[in-house]
Order: sequence, then C-alpha cells, then structure tokens
Amino acid sequence: MTFFKNLQKLLGQNIREYGMYIALFIIMAIFAITTDGIFISSRNISNLINQTGYVAVLAVGMTLVIVIRHIDLSVGYLSGFLGALAAIAMADPKVISSGMNLPVGVVILMVLALGIIAGLLIAFLVADLGIPAFVATLAGWLGYRGALQLITAGTGTIIINNEIFNAFSNDFIPDIPGIDFLPGVHKLTLILGVLAIALLISSQIKDHKTKISYGFEVLPMDMFVLKLAFMSVLLAGITWILAGYNGLSWTVIIVLSVVGIYDFITTHTVLGRHIYAVGGNPEAAELSGISVKKITYIVFGSMGMLSALSGILYASRFKSATTTAGAGLEFDAITAAFIGGVSPAGGIGKVVGTLIGALVMGSLSSGMNLMNIDISIQYIVKAAVLAIAVIFDVATRNKGK
Amino acid sequence: MKTPILEMKNITKGFPGVKALSNVTFQVTEGEIHCLVGENGAGKSTLMKVLSGVYPHGSYSGDILFGGKVQQFHGISDSEKAGIAIIYQELALIPEMTVYENIFLGNEIKKGARINWNETIKRAKGMLAKVKLDVNPEEKIKDLGVGKQQLVEIAKALSKDVKLLILDEPTAALNENDCDNLLNLLGELKEHGVTSIMISHKLKEVIRIADSVTVLRDGQTICTLSAQKGEITENALIKHMVGREIDNIYPKRKSKKFGEITLEAKGISAYNPTVGRHILKDVSFNVRKGEIVGFAGLMGSGRTELAHSIFGNPDGYQISGEMYVRGNKTNFSHPQDAIKAGIAYVTEDRKGNGLILIQDVKQNISLANLREIARRGVVNDNDEVKVGNEYKGSLNIKTPTIEQRVSNLSGGNQQKVSLGKWLFVKPEVLILDEPTRGIDVGAKYEIYTIMNRLVEQGMSIIMISSELPEILGMSDRVYIVSGGKITGEMPIEEATQEKIMQKAVN
Repeated sequence: MTFFKNLQKLLGQNIREYGMYIALFIIMAIFAITTDGIFISSRNISNLINQTGYVAVLAVGMTLVIVIRHIDLSVGYLSGFLGALAAIAMADPKVISSGMNLPVGVVILMVLALGIIAGLLIAFLVADLGIPAFVATLAGWLGYRGALQLITAGTGTIIINNEIFNAFSNDFIPDIPGIDFLPGVHKLTLILGVLAIALLISSQIKDHKTKISYGFEVLPMDMFVLKLAFMSVLLAGITWILAGYNGLSWTVIIVLSVVGIYDFITTHTVLGRHIYAVGGNPEAAELSGISVKKITYIVFGSMGMLSALSGILYASRFKSATTTAGAGLEFDAITAAFIGGVSPAGGIGKVVGTLIGALVMGSLSSGMNLMNIDISIQYIVKAAVLAIAVIFDVATRNKGK
Repeated sequence: MKTPILEMKNITKGFPGVKALSNVTFQVTEGEIHCLVGENGAGKSTLMKVLSGVYPHGSYSGDILFGGKVQQFHGISDSEKAGIAIIYQELALIPEMTVYENIFLGNEIKKGARINWNETIKRAKGMLAKVKLDVNPEEKIKDLGVGKQQLVEIAKALSKDVKLLILDEPTAALNENDCDNLLNLLGELKEHGVTSIMISHKLKEVIRIADSVTVLRDGQTICTLSAQKGEITENALIKHMVGREIDNIYPKRKSKKFGEITLEAKGISAYNPTVGRHILKDVSFNVRKGEIVGFAGLMGSGRTELAHSIFGNPDGYQISGEMYVRGNKTNFSHPQDAIKAGIAYVTEDRKGNGLILIQDVKQNISLANLREIARRGVVNDNDEVKVGNEYKGSLNIKTPTIEQRVSNLSGGNQQKVSLGKWLFVKPEVLILDEPTRGIDVGAKYEIYTIMNRLVEQGMSIIMISSELPEILGMSDRVYIVSGGKITGEMPIEEATQEKIMQKAVN
C-alpha cells in the first residue's frame, strides 16, 4: 500500500512538471486510436519530428527570452531571411546571378554568425537604449520581412540543390553495413537507443548515490525504480519506432543536441542561474552582482543563433527558400514555450518543457491532418489546447512549493 | 458599555501545510480605535483578509457578525457594501491618475452613462478637507509623497461611507511628521463615529492612540487589553506578543575592539540624470573593523542613494569623489566589483530588489556567490543544499525546508534569507539598509544578535535606519544624513534622539 501512497505523493508534488508529459501521451494515444495506429507508425513519427525540428529550435531560444521577461517577434522572418541568404550563398551563379557557390560548411558558419549579430543588435536596442523588446523586435519583424522579399525579389523561390544541406531535415543517420540480424530495423539507432538508456540509468543512480552520501532526502526505492523503468520504457519505445523506419534523422540529432546543451546550461551552470535570477527579479539580480545587460546580450544572441539554425532547418526541409519563409514561426515558438510551462511573467520555464510543448503542437497538426480535419478547425483546437495549458499552469502555480 | 460593531467568532483558516488562524475571536466596539498587534506571521493580515472577503466565505470556518448581522462576504465588494474599507501597506492607488480620479475610482459619480467630472472634483475637495489634506485634487498621485498618498487612500475609503476602517501598518513608510498627522486624523475620525482597526508594529503609536489592543500569536488570540483599565503598556504588549519578557531589546556586545579603517569615502557627490539633480553632495565617512556605524536620517534624505552609490552604482548616477577599501583606492563600475572587493549590501526593500520571491531559499542564498559552489561554471547542486542548510541553521531561518519559495516566508525570515545571501559572499563590510523594517520584535532581537556576532568576528557594519532607538541601541558611531549631505557625526556616547533629530531636519 505504501507503493500507491508514494506514487500519489510523487505525482501530487510534481504535477506541474509531469502534466505536460501526460498531456502529450494522452494526445498521442487519442490520435493512435482515431487513425487506427497510423499516427504512431514509424514513418509518421519520424516525419512529425522532422517537421517539429525548426520550431523546437526557435522555441528553445524563445524560452530564455521569455524567462528574462522579454519577447522576440522578429525570429520568424529572421530565420526565413537567413535561410534565403544561405540558399543564395550556395547557389550556382549560372542559375542565380547573385549566387556565390560557397561550400556548405562556410555558409552554415556564416549564417549562424549573422544570426548572432542580429540577436546582439536587438539586445543593443533593448539593453542599451531601453526600447521595449516588443517594439524593438516588431521593427525587426518588419525589417527582416522586407529584407527577405528584397533578396528573393529577382529570383522568386530559390531551389536548393546541395545534398548535404538538404540532408539536415530530410535524411537519416547511416546504418552499420553488413549486419543481417533484424532486417528492416535500423541497427545504429537501436544501439544508440540502448546506449542512451544505459547512460540515463547510470547517471540517475550516480546522482541518487551522491544525494545519499550528502545525507539528503531521496525518492523512496520503489518510486526511484518506477521512475527509471518508466523513462527507460519510453526511450526504448521511441527508439524501436524510429528504428523501424529509417532510424534517427539528422533533425533529431540536431534538436536533441540543442535541447541537451541548453538544458544543461539552464539547470546546471552559473550562467543559467543568472538568467533565471534576472527573470525572477532584475533589480535584485543587478544588486547581486549580475550584469542584467550582459545576460540580455547573451540571451538575444543565442536567440539569433537559433533563429539562423531554424532558418537552415526550414530551408533544408523544403529544399528551397521562398519569399514568405518563416512567416508566423515566431508565434509557433511562443506557443510551444507557453504550452511547455514557461511563465509569461518571467523567471520560470524549462527548455525540456518547451520541447514537449513543440511536440504537442506538432502532434496536433500531424494527427489532425491524418484525420483530414479542416485547417480552420485545427487552429481552433490548438487555441483550446493553449488556453487549457495556461489555465492549468496558473491553477497549479500557487500550490505545491 | 457600547455595543460591538464587529465580532469574529472562532475563525479558523488554514493554508496547505500551515494553520494560519486557529479559533480566533476578535471583537471591536463601535467608535473605538482598536489595534491589532503580533509578531510577523501571527495571523494579523490573514484575519483582516478574512474580514474583508479577500478570503471568501467558505474558505474559513467561524462566523463574522458586523453591525449585529451574520455576514458572508464573497469578495471585497461585499465587505465594502457593508461599510468596511481596508487600506493596505502597499497603496492601491493609480500613480498616473489624478487625486480626484483615484478617490472615486470604482465608485464614479455618473449622470446617465457619463461621468460627472465637475461634481467629482467638488466632492473630492470635500473629502480632502475631511482628511485635512491640502492638495489640488487635479494633481497626479505620483507627484505626492507617501504620507499624502495615504491620506488620499483614507479619503477614498471615507467617500464610500465607511463604518469600519482597517489600516494595515499605515505608518510603516511614513516619516515622523506624517505619522503624527495620520494618528491625529484617526483620532478625529473617531470623534465623527468612524471605528478603526489598525495593524501596527510600532508599539509607541499603539500606546498613543489605541482604546483597545488585541494581541495575536501563532494564529491564536492571546488577549485583548483596554486603555481605560490602563492595561496597554510596552512591557505588557511585548510580553504577550513574544510570549516571554524581553528585558533588553538591544543585546549587548561582549567586547568592543575597533581595528583599521576598512571602507572610506571622501567627497562623494552623485547626480541623478533621471530626476536632474544632485542626490549626494560631498559625502565623506569611514567605518572601521569591528564597528557598527549607524546612518540616521529621515526617509528621502539620501541614505539609500548613498548605499547604492558606494555599492557599484547600479542606478547609473554620475558620481565624483574617492573611495578606499583597506586604504586602496577603488572605482566600482558594477555591484559585482563591490562584491569582489568584500562589500555586501542588504537592501531596504526585500521584496522589490532584495530577494527573488519565486525562487527557493537555497537559490536565494547562493545567488550572489554562485562561483563559490561551482566548478568551471557548473553549479554543484549538492553543495548548494549544504550551504542553504548551514545558513538555515546559523541564522535560525524558520522554514520547513530550504526548497521553500521565499514568497511563502514571513517578513522576518525573508530578512534572514537576505542576510544569509550576503553573509555567503563572506564580506568585510556589510551594509544593512533598514535591517528590521516590518519585522517583529522577536526576529529583530535575533538580527541584532547576529549583527553583534559579526562585528565581534571582525566585520564592519554600516546600518542605515529610520528608527532612532535602533540607531542608538546598536551603533558605535552615528552619521546623520539630510538632503544628501552628512550633517553630523557623533560617537554613540554623545548621541541622543534629540541631537540626531535636530541635525536630520536641517
């Protein structure tokens, strides 16, 4: 009986944290039933992740921006503009007169650098000139929209032929050749999945032991095992589904790397703590020796860099740069962050939550498309989900802790 | 015997994890000034929130009788209709609106669908006369001082035909003059039949104006004292509030030994470009090892600005003058530099710029010195917990765990967290800005004891305070600040309240 008591306590105390995972699980289960399993087929899940990638990357950056009490409306068109720049830089001058035929590696570095510069420019307006981020980035929204149209005016849609570039959002990691075992299953993905599970379990056990050695309170043994088992099964399930199609896509690798790095920075480093302190109370942070200005530059700089990455993934996904690329992506990113539990008041929100938020939105699109639900209804359903998420957030905020 | 206007019977109210009020009984007689006292966290504000309907009927148990009738308030509008007005510590006025707009906000005088502004202004003048406030009703609230704002707030309450006026620590942010005015006004309103409840920590005020006092402790009614029977004395109040007798509010230091000068300022002037005037003029002072130096002065005299100016100037003043730490000339461009040089600053406004309320105790304590528990920029969470628990123990912070959000702690315990945060940077000079504002007698004593311990260990303390007894009781030397200038300096043996006040007002 203590098992259920422990379980109840664990869920009760962490309902805010686990709520999103449960919501995502329920949404996926509903679509799995209504589409006769097509939704959770390997192919669809793989597609869903590839489509969510460019939003997820933006949303991770947006999370930090909202945490420090700002907003960035410019990121959608910025990503579109930088994607188009990348396309032009790679294009053959014989096809497009402004093309530069630059190698893909150079192009990517150049675009990421430009993204950072764009972010720092916003930070300058916000932190040094004191312009509200909403206004400064609204100007960015207009400006990048114009810039995108300007550079694509002569060409219209620019087709991207670079195979490496297009692989980012469309291709999969190669498999280990020459293994006959389990035909039709992506072996390298399986191996990586098993490694990930092993890493997860060992790091959790290590953490558990360190806590005990410090004499701190830890989860009861049964709950700890249950948590490990739950997480392992989840990872194993995802691995199996992905391995059943073409394996891990490059998008998954990129998104997981970004989320992993940002999660580590936000939860384990001095920089991360300073970001949340600035969000929680900028005056107190300043008086605690934290430079609010410096944090603002770092956060907007990172936002710009991730906008560039998002632009690359977006252009890669469609193998082209269009005159309206990136339109509305800023709101998808903001929505993902809010669904993922980021507080509009600042100071609260996790990047992993935002990833889940992005997956919730991606699942809704994918699932409803499979069910042939009209796009108008899709927007209304998403509106309801966003509202419910925020209501849940507000309702649970003052409880617990 | 007059009839009771208000009776609260067996009020019990709990929050998750704590019982804030337990079986509280509270009775107020018509036409009296009734003070409610108790340590922070004793349940005073909670009781008033139950009364005013902020905590609606059903969220507590027990009965409220007002004007002889059982009342079930479901919100502030219900209690207002019944004739109860509550004025909070944080004033609920709109700074950008005029005095008359504020007075009739939510209670607009209308002709059809239109607001009758002429009538509004006329009646606002009447209300201002009632509270003896001589301002143009067309002035904006933001242009008035806190004392005047408070009176506008009372005028607003009176405009609603109030029978019972509740004031939550009305004098906490006022200077002596404004305090005096306010207390006189309450006396006059009493003559006109308005009953008042006042929550206060300032026992002198309570003794001056209260007809009755109810003492709460740990969510329970301890007693009700009456002025007529001569029961309201400082000793009696303190005894009931803390449940023990404190014979000396200011603990004595075992030994006084002063060393070298740790911090010295020479001719500091500061110009604030936002308001376009000098806020500090030619300020010089010093503090020695093992010494508590008091900075006395009225609110707005420039003491906090002085602290900010020496602590890395976060507000962007234009500063001239010289500063020396341990004899070395320094020039701080950010609080960060000041912290590195061994200076810590516990701010006056805990909630505003001191703590991060949405974060927990341990995160607040570690914030200013995260690098101490980090390696290559990665924070060691376990060390952080250890540090948090150390300060929880050594400062006696009353919290179930250090994972508690600081917004859930009482004022005194929040102040201890703030202190812990700054002790963790291991400073040599500790600047305390109003270290005991809004905290109760028991916690004050604890903070004084900690201060003594710190200077005995060789720290230098600069204590900014508006409470003269505190300045006299704790400092070794006093500087008096007025109008951005140091107007006096005296060793504590020579200082008296009168001498300090004289220099503070010129």
